[in-house]
Formats: sequence, C-alpha cells, structure tokens
Amino acid sequence: MMEHTLISKPDFDTQTLEVSLGPQHPSTHGVFRMNVVLDGETIVKLKPVMGYLHRNHEKLAENMSYLGSMPYTDRLDYICSMTNNFAYALAVEKLAGIEVPERAQYIRIIMAELTRLVNHTLLIGFLLNDLGAFFTPVLYAFREREKILDLFEEVAGSRMMCNYFRFGGVKADLTPDFLPRVKELIQNYPRFLDEFEALLSENEILMARTQKVGVLPKELAVSASITGPMLRASGVPYDIRKVDHYSLYDRFKFRVPIGEHGDVYDRYYIRVLEMRESIKILDQAVKEIPSGDVISKVGAGFAKAPRNFKPKAGEAYGRIEAPKGELGFFVVSDGTNKPYRYHVRAPSFINLTILEDMCLGHKVPDAIIILGSIDIVLGEVDR
Amino acid sequence: MFGIGVLKGMAVTFKNFVESYYKKERLTTIEYPEKRLAEKERFRNFPFLIFDEKPEDPRCVACDICAKECPPQCITIVRAQDAQGKPLKKPATFDIDYSICMNCGVCEEVCPFDAIFMDHEFELAEYGRFEDLNYTIDRLLKPKEHFMKIRPTDATRIEAELKKKENAKKAAAEKAAAAAKAKAEAAKTQASQVPDTKPETKPNEPAQPADPPAEAK
Repeated sequence: MMEHTLISKPDFDTQTLEVSLGPQHPSTHGVFRMNVVLDGETIVKLKPVMGYLHRNHEKLAENMSYLGSMPYTDRLDYICSMTNNFAYALAVEKLAGIEVPERAQYIRIIMAELTRLVNHTLLIGFLLNDLGAFFTPVLYAFREREKILDLFEEVAGSRMMCNYFRFGGVKADLTPDFLPRVKELIQNYPRFLDEFEALLSENEILMARTQKVGVLPKELAVSASITGPMLRASGVPYDIRKVDHYSLYDRFKFRVPIGEHGDVYDRYYIRVLEMRESIKILDQAVKEIPSGDVISKVGAGFAKAPRNFKPKAGEAYGRIEAPKGELGFFVVSDGTNKPYRYHVRAPSFINLTILEDMCLGHKVPDAIIILGSIDIVLGEVDR
Repeated sequence: MFGIGVLKGMAVTFKNFVESYYKKERLTTIEYPEKRLAEKERFRNFPFLIFDEKPEDPRCVACDICAKECPPQCITIVRAQDAQGKPLKKPATFDIDYSICMNCGVCEEVCPFDAIFMDHEFELAEYGRFEDLNYTIDRLLKPKEHFMKIRPTDATRIEAELKKKENAKKAAAEKAAAAAKAKAEAAKTQASQVPDTKPETKPNEPAQPADPPAEAK
C-alpha cells in the first residue's frame, strides 16, 4: 500500500482525522461502517466494518431441511431473490442429481433475467442518489421496477421474497397472462432505458463525478476474485452464463459487454448495456418457451415432503451469474435430511473487499459513490 | 458543447413532470387507504386454517407436519384428547406467531390434508407486541367459502380433488361394506346350509368336518 505523506509546512502542522462513516448513515447502503482516516478531505486509510446484519444464515440452514432454507435465501440479497433461489436450487440439484424439465429451465431464465433488470435499474437509481441527484433517477427506477415486481407477485405470490424455485423445477406454472405481460415489458423497457440514458449517460456532471474515480485495474480485479459487472467493467470478459453453461444459457444469443477503464462511469454504463442484453435473452426465451411440466416428479414429491429429501453423501457447488457477480452455494450432505455444511459465496461480500484500494487518494464523497458502484446489499454481505 | 447533456437530462425530467399529470403510464401510484390495487390470486401472506361446516371441526388433524417443516418454527400445535386421554384427530391449540412468521408458504405446500392456506390479509398491525400478534386457533379459522373467494382457481382444483378423494373413499367404504355384508350373508347361508348339505368344506377349515356331527346331536 502506498504510504501517504502529510502536507506539513514549518508553521502549519497538520494531523489526520479519523471519521466513522456509518453504520447508520444516509449515504451507506444498509448498516455498514467505514472507518476512514482523512487528511483534509483525502482518504488515506479505509477500514470497512461489517457484520451488523449478521443473522446466522449458514448455521440456520444446517439445522433445517434442504427446502427450509429456500425462503431464507430470498433474504440474502433481497433485491434479487429469484437469482438466489436459482443458485441454491442449482447446487442442491447437482448434489442430488435431479433433472429439471425444459419449461422450468426457461421459466428460471426468464425470472433470472427479469431480476437482473430489477437489480441494475435500482442500482443505477441509487448510485445517482449517492451522487447527490436526489430521488429523481431513483424514482424513475422504482417506477419501472414495480412493473417487474408485479409480474413476480403474479407468479410467485410475493413481490420480493419470491420463494419460487424448487429442487427440480419451480413452484407453480406461469399464469396465463404472464407471458403477454413480459412481451409488453420487453417492448417498453428499451424505451425506458433510452430515457434513462438521455437523462444520465451524457450528463456532464455525472461524467465529471464518475470518470477516473475508483479505478479498479484489471490485474487487481482478477487477483481479488471480483466477479460480475465490476470485473467486466475493468475489461475482463468473464460471465458465468458463458463460462459455466449452466441451465440452458447455451441456447441464447447474447453478448457480454466489457468496460475499458474500470472506473465508476464504466460500472454504471456496463449495467445499462447488460440490461439491454437481458432484454434480448428475455425476448428469445419468451418466444421459445415450450409447454410441459414445471417440476420433475421427484422434485414435486420432495416439495410436498421436504423431510424425506435425503441426498446421498457428497458435496456440490452450484454457481450462477447473479446480477451482482458470482453467487455460489456450497452444500455438503452426509446422507441425512439436513445439510452437513452450507456455505454461501456472496458476490457483494467479496466485491466489497476491494473497497479500500479503490478509495485511497479520493475524497469522501467519491468514497460514497465508489461504494455505491460496487453494488452491495448488506443482507448478503453479512448473511 | 459543455452543458448539452445536462439540458437533455432536464428535458427528460420536464417531460416526466408534465406527463405525470395526465399520461396513464406515468401515473403509477394510487392513494392507498382509499384506493386499492386488485389482489393477485397467488398473493400470499399470513396463513389461515380452513373448516368445512363448523369451526369446531377444522380440517386440520393436528399431524404436526407444518409445525415441523416451518422454517422459522412459528407454529405450535397441541393435539386434542378425549375424556379418556385418547388423542383425537383435531388440534387443541394451534398458534401461529405473526412476529416470527415470514409468509413463505411452506406450511401450505407440505400440508397433506389441505387444511392450511395462505391468506390475502395484509393489514395485520396490532398495538401489542406479544399476545396480539400470536394468532390462536379461533383467529386462524376461516370457512372454506373464504378460500373460494380469495383464490378461486386453487380452491376449485383442491375442492375437486378432495371431493374425488372423498367419493373414492365413500365408494371404497360402500364396496367394503357391501363385501362385508355379502361375506356375512355368505357365512350365514353357509352356516344355515352347513347342517343339511355340507359340501363346501375347504381344506383350510379343519373345524368343519368335526362340526356337523356336534350340531346334528
């Protein structure tokens, strides 16, 4: 780490100042504390303090049936519960060797991409809030997000805590007017994105505040195991949808946008581009979705009686490209109906570890937007 | 030119501001307590217990499966007993603590008797923190008409399944009764026939050969 030298003149003695940003601070996302050492306005040291929202998620999961922790995964990253469900279902299906019907796979992909739209829209809104553009962008973002949440409610019964995925499929089939409404959304969403971009992308104030701020070099991003839009904004083309071929993502044509500079502006813009790609995936999925079962027979049986679900001893790691990065669930079975070990690889937590390196040398308000651009949800960081 | 982006952005906000007064897709909020959105059929909040005819006979048989499967463990069930201490197929207490419940809907999914379902009721605020939020059986029980009203699709399907099951059970019972009756009659006729004919002696009825002489006495 670079050693910071204080500016001292013979008759002008300066000292560093230690400031605690958070845990309850309007500009932090959730209960998160940053202990920063300041030289004037410049950050010379930053120490993140986490764990305020720790609620024992992993240990709880080891004490209940496999299906029992499905509703708890909703509460990890509460913005995108569908993708959390997806990763967990994938891990357990790998562990127990359960097949998923094709229609269920399509439904899962539709839900995951809708979740990506929700997450990125909301992130951009809140990033602008951090920048001081109070509530105009975030309310536009909320307006669009509500339309997707309505769709989730229609299908899963809840707007945010969906609890929709089951091992071997999904809980219930789509309602008859779901697909037409998704089609309508696919029509309208690019228009909203254009509007959003007209509002933001070329805005000189936004550019002045975000460009060359919080630069994350390629090598550092890779060595710190950063994933998701953060990594791609630094110019590393790595997307688990392309790398891991999980579910049916092989069948869809989409591109992985990558950034060039790895600064906050790139991280903003990569999300806009990703949303456009998500819409492409949705468009293909809605057109191609086959009819059939939404849950395999085995899966349906276990959904009815989760206590009888006893995968044979072994371990599995299921990972997906969640909106925030690589979300993985590591499950170890000892042959009983409770997981022996259950671990969550939370993207926001691991992406947050790089915070200090990005903030050093910047001013306090820049630290706030750098934190905002990492895209963390404290429910997932602290678990 | 510097400032074009800002002006473009302002044009967007201005358009939104003006259109939010008359354009339908911009008018997304409703004034909640006075106006309400139509409820989605699958919407789930706190569960309720269903009864068919009388609240004294809930469909719940106190099997305790939902209480065991409930992820946050918010259900408490005590099975009812009759005067002799024999357990009845009925709950004596069935408490759900709303302060713990997370509305996940697992209880509904695992119930093998279709006795517990998720409700649409969401205005559940109370003044007290403990007793008021603990839903006892009398607050949980709702008639099946309520279920039919809030979730017609599911209700129709489940009621049809139950009816089918019941009919099958009835048919089976009738069949069994008929079979039993026929058997009894057969036995009777056999018994009455035994003294004079005694042809139907089977190898697995060793008592028969000895019997007729005794009866003949």
